[in-house]
Amino acid sequence: MSDLHAHSVAYVRDTMLPEATPPVREIGGFKWLRENLFSNWWNTALTLVSIYVIWWLVVQITPWFANSIWRADSLSECRAILDGATGACFAVITERWPQLLFGFYPRSLYWRPTLAAVLLLVAITPLLMPDLPRKLLWFTAAYPFIAFFLLWGGTIWVPVVTMAGFGVGYLAYLATRSLGPLAAAIAAIVAPLIWWLFLAGPVSGALGSVMPWGLQPVRSDRFGGFTLSMVIGVTGISLSLPLGILLALGRRSDMPVVKMSCVIFIEFIRGVPLIALLFTASLLLNYFLPPGTSFDLILRVVIMVTLFAAAYLAEVVRGGLAALPRGQYEAADSLGLTYWQAQRLVIMPQALKISIPGIVNTFIGLFKDTTLVVFIGLLDPLGLTNAIRADTAWNGIYWELFVFVGALFFVFCFSISRYSMYLEKRLSRDHRQGMTR
Amino acid sequence: MTDITPALPEAAVARAIDTRRMRVTDEVAVSIARMNKWYGTFHVLRDIDMTVYRGERIVICGPSGSGKSTLIRCINALEEHQAGKVVVDGTELNEDLKNVDKVRSEVGMVFQHFNLFPHLTILENCTLAPIWVRKVPKKQAVETAMHFLTKVKIPEQANKYPGQLSGGQQQRVAIARSLCMRPRIMLFDEPTSALDPEMIKEVLDTMIGLAEDGMTMLVVTHEMGFARQVANRVVFMDQGQIVEQNEPEEFFLRPKSDRTKLFLSQILGH
Repeated sequence: MSDLHAHSVAYVRDTMLPEATPPVREIGGFKWLRENLFSNWWNTALTLVSIYVIWWLVVQITPWFANSIWRADSLSECRAILDGATGACFAVITERWPQLLFGFYPRSLYWRPTLAAVLLLVAITPLLMPDLPRKLLWFTAAYPFIAFFLLWGGTIWVPVVTMAGFGVGYLAYLATRSLGPLAAAIAAIVAPLIWWLFLAGPVSGALGSVMPWGLQPVRSDRFGGFTLSMVIGVTGISLSLPLGILLALGRRSDMPVVKMSCVIFIEFIRGVPLIALLFTASLLLNYFLPPGTSFDLILRVVIMVTLFAAAYLAEVVRGGLAALPRGQYEAADSLGLTYWQAQRLVIMPQALKISIPGIVNTFIGLFKDTTLVVFIGLLDPLGLTNAIRADTAWNGIYWELFVFVGALFFVFCFSISRYSMYLEKRLSRDHRQGMTR
Repeated sequence: MTDITPALPEAAVARAIDTRRMRVTDEVAVSIARMNKWYGTFHVLRDIDMTVYRGERIVICGPSGSGKSTLIRCINALEEHQAGKVVVDGTELNEDLKNVDKVRSEVGMVFQHFNLFPHLTILENCTLAPIWVRKVPKKQAVETAMHFLTKVKIPEQANKYPGQLSGGQQQRVAIARSLCMRPRIMLFDEPTSALDPEMIKEVLDTMIGLAEDGMTMLVVTHEMGFARQVANRVVFMDQGQIVEQNEPEEFFLRPKSDRTKLFLSQILGH
C-alpha cells in the first residue's frame, strides 16, 4: 500500500500554508532600485554616469539662478552688485515684464488685454469640459467680438453690427426656407456677405453718431509681446481646425472640382515656407489691394497663419479619416443618415479622436510659429527682447530674457499637451476601460 | 408562394417554429430586373432577376466571390448597379439621392463585422438614426430602443460601449439598432461568420424570432441549418449569376444543377 502511495500522482492537501512575507529584496523601493537602475553591471555604470552628469549640470546652473539679481536699474548695476560672481540679472524682467506681456499697448489700458485673457479662459472652459451646461457656449460664440472690442477698442457698434450679420443670415434662411434647402443655404450665405461688405460700415457709423459708445481705440502697431502671440495663436487655432476638417473632407470628396481645389490648396500651402507667406502678407498684398486701403497687418498675418495651419491639419485629419474602417461609413449609410449627419455624428468624433496627437502637434507648432512675425516687423516677445536691448541700460542682456520668454511659451504649450492627454484618456473606449462616464 | 413546413428531420428536432406567423404574401417587396454590375471591368453580377414578396425569408448561398454580398448590398444602394432596375418597397433606386435615402431608412442591414459605432453607448447606437433621420423625440427613441434591446435579450447592456460586449452580443445590438428604424425589409450579410461557434446560436435565435414576426429577410449565410429551418426559398449563386433557387426541402434533397450538388457536398460533407 505504502509503495503504491509513493508512485501515485493523486494528491490531496491536508494543511493550508500560512501567508508569508516576501524577501526584503523583492519589495518596495529596494526592489525598484535594483530592477530599474542596478540590474546588471552595464546598467549600473549608466546609472552612475547619469547621476554624475545631472549633478554637474545642477552645480553649473544653480549659482546662476541662486545669485540672481532682481532689483537693479541696468545691466552694469547688476554686474557691480554681483562683483564678478556668476549670477542672472533678472532685474530686467522685474522692470520690463509688462512690455514683454503687452508690447507697446498703452500702460493705462493694460486692464483690457488682461480682461480679454481672463474672459478667454471663461470662453474655452465649456469647450474643454463637455460636462458643463451647453448654454455657456453662447458666451464662447460671442467671445471673439468681445475680445476684439476690448483689444482694439473704438466704437462698440463695429463688433455688434458684425455679429448682427449672423442674425441677418438666419433671417434670410427663415425667409427663403420655403424655396427649398439649396436656395435657403445660398440666401443664408449671401445675405450676411452683402450686409458685411456694403451695409455694416454705414450702419455702424450711423449708430455711432447717435450713440457714441466705445473704448479708446488702440492701433495694431501698439500690439506686441505675449498679447500679440495670443491674439495670433488663439485666432489661428480656432479658425484653422474647422477649415482643416473641411479641406480633409474635400480632399476625400467624389466631386472632382472640390477634390482638385483642396489638393492644390493643401499642397501649395504645405510646399511654401511660412516665412514666405508672412512676407506675402506684409508686402505683396499691398500691390493687389486698391491704393489707400489699409488692411490691418495683424489680420493679414492671422489669415496666413490660419491657412498654413489648416493645410497641415487637413492632412492630419485625413489620416484619422483613413484609419476608420469602411464599415463605419456603410453602417451610417445603411441607417439612412445623410452625408453631413454621418460626418458629424459618426465619422468625425472618431476620426478627430484618432487625430488628437497630430492636431495638438500642429496647434503647438502654430503657436510657436507666431514668433516668426518678428521678421515682418511685428513685435512678438522675441522681437521685444531686441527692443529692450536697444536701451543702453540693458544692452548685452540675452539669457534672462530668453529664459523668461521660453518659460511663458513652455507653460502655454505644456498645458495644451497635458489637456490633450487628458482628452485622449477621457475619450478612450478601448477594451473594458472608460466604463463610466 | 405558400409557406412550407420544415419536414426535414433536423428541423423537426430543432426548436419548434411557429409557422402560422411566417406567412408570405403576394405583395412585392423587392423587384430586381436584369441587374448588372461591374467592378471596373470585372462583371460581378450578371442579369440578376429576382422578386421578393413581403414576408419571405430568402437565404442566399454560394462560394466566395459569387456576388451574393454584392447582390444584397445593391438592395440598399451601398453598391451601385450599372444596368437593370431595382425597385425596393415601390421606390426605384436611381441617381435621385432622395430615393436612396428613403430606401435606406426603410431597409435594415446587419453586417458581418457588426459595425457598431464604438464611440457611442449601446443605447445611443440604437437611438441615433431614429432621432436624426426619423426626427423621433429622444424620449420615444429611447423607449423604442429599450423595447428592441429587450427583444434581443440585452437590455442590461444599454449603457455600455460596444467594445465591452462579446461578438454575439454586439451582433444582437446591431440587429436591434436596425429594428429601431422600423424597417420593412432586413438584409443580413453573413451575420454569423465573424462569431465564435458558441455565439452563433444566440444570433440565429434572434433572427428566427424576427422571421416569426413576419419580417421580410434576405440572408447571406453559410448556416445551412438556418436555411432549412427558417427560409422559404434558397438561392444559390455562382460567378455573379443565380444558378438555382428552390424551396429548402427540394434544394437540399434534390438539387438540380451539378454546381449546386458540388457546393452542397462540400459544405455539408464535413
